Amino acid sequence: MKRTILFFAVVLCASGMATSCTPVKEYQKNRLNDAEMSLSSRKVEKNESNFQSYREGASGANGGKTGGGCGCN
Amino acid sequence: MKKICLTVVGMYFMLLHAFSQVTRDSAAFKPRKLKLDEVNLVSSYYTQNGDHSAVRGGIGSEKVTDLANGVELKWVGWDAHQRKNTLTAGVGIDYHTAASQAYISKTGASRRKDGTRLYPSLDWTREDERKGTSFSLGAYYSNEFNYQSLGFSAGGTKKTKTNGEFGLKLSGYFDKVKLIFPSEFEPAYPSGGGGSGGGRENEHPNYGSSPRETYTASFSFTQVINTRLQAAFLFDLVEQHGYLGLPFHRVYFNDATDLVEKLPSNRFKLPLGVRLNYFLGDKVILRSYYRYYVDNWGIRSHTASLEVPVKLTPFFSVTPFYRYYTQSAANYFAAYQQHKTTDLYYTSNYALSAFNSHFFGAGIRMAPPKGLFNSHLSSLELRFGHYTQTTDLVSNVISLHMQFK
Repeated sequence: MKRTILFFAVVLCASGMATSCTPVKEYQKNRLNDAEMSLSSRKVEKNESNFQSYREGASGANGGKTGGGCGCN
Repeated sequence: MKKICLTVVGMYFMLLHAFSQVTRDSAAFKPRKLKLDEVNLVSSYYTQNGDHSAVRGGIGSEKVTDLANGVELKWVGWDAHQRKNTLTAGVGIDYHTAASQAYISKTGASRRKDGTRLYPSLDWTREDERKGTSFSLGAYYSNEFNYQSLGFSAGGTKKTKTNGEFGLKLSGYFDKVKLIFPSEFEPAYPSGGGGSGGGRENEHPNYGSSPRETYTASFSFTQVINTRLQAAFLFDLVEQHGYLGLPFHRVYFNDATDLVEKLPSNRFKLPLGVRLNYFLGDKVILRSYYRYYVDNWGIRSHTASLEVPVKLTPFFSVTPFYRYYTQSAANYFAAYQQHKTTDLYYTSNYALSAFNSHFFGAGIRMAPPKGLFNSHLSSLELRFGHYTQTTDLVSNVISLHMQFK
């Protein structure tokens, strides 16, 4: 329970940080638009995420698929 | 005087140049039909070994190999209302071998030791750049010998005025688990339906199946924090019900009898994730991710990962990465011969046990502006990872992604 509260505290702090962010113009986004800065999972990681979801109890919150799939052994 | 004249003339040409900037005004806009814009090829080879096979109740080889190949085609066009339409069609095919499959027969005589999975998908997205909104629909199908899945999704995003974006995606997966039981639990066959002693999966005339449904609401919020830092907050609500175990997973009890694993028919999962990406200097990027996960089967887990792409040139980067994962055991897990016969639910699947894991490796990415070898191959990524669990499971995965434009 303490960990859950801690997590939500971190998320709230991060949200606060996000709302107090610096205004960034389109022409200032050259670094943010770099392919390596993408906030979504990359295609090359797709099968890594798949095997992790089959071999571990947790999954989700990574922008990927959350169901369907594999009758794994 | 000459200098002043030249400066004035120079300023005049600068102004002319500024006004000649191309702007997309609606009068000049012409819709464009969908046109093939991008092709992605992803291939992976995965190997695994361990000694806690769920098919044998938590003992025996977990050796698996898997070769996965996928192709994705993306068409892009603009309609008369200046909305961008993207149609993405993909298909993947996996071929795997698994040592444990032989032990669906109690004697290890099962003939089926491999399998193929085919999974096509189709997604359509309509994006209105002027309003900062997008809407998407998707469909997904997966078929393998013992499992079928049909999925649908609908979602939308809305940009904020402060470089943020909210996203919501609703998904539903409607699966069928084929009821292939261990040989000692196979129901009686009609005459001529197969031989005895297990290993009849190829010829069984009519396996039954059981449904499994998964409903997900995925929420996301991304935010640019400054010119070097951006964040994403991800939050899923996942509800599953139906047959949530697998029928060929055995459990051995403390009196040495065995049964098929039995798990509750519903599961609620709550993963919450945060991603923070920071551009450090001009050559180094820090990609960090943290996830907290909790479900009503008793699993709590933490995942933390860090990737550090280093740009050796603007178009070539090397990315070492490390991921740490820890979870507590599900309430229904016990090891081989540890369950009591009075237990209501039972499994010896080590994916539901308590363990930690480490995943580390490196990747390279090449994306020159004119394409690799002056071809349509716009980017190439190669990545290798080594994974270890405290359950003694060890695996390696190598993946290749090629993008053509």
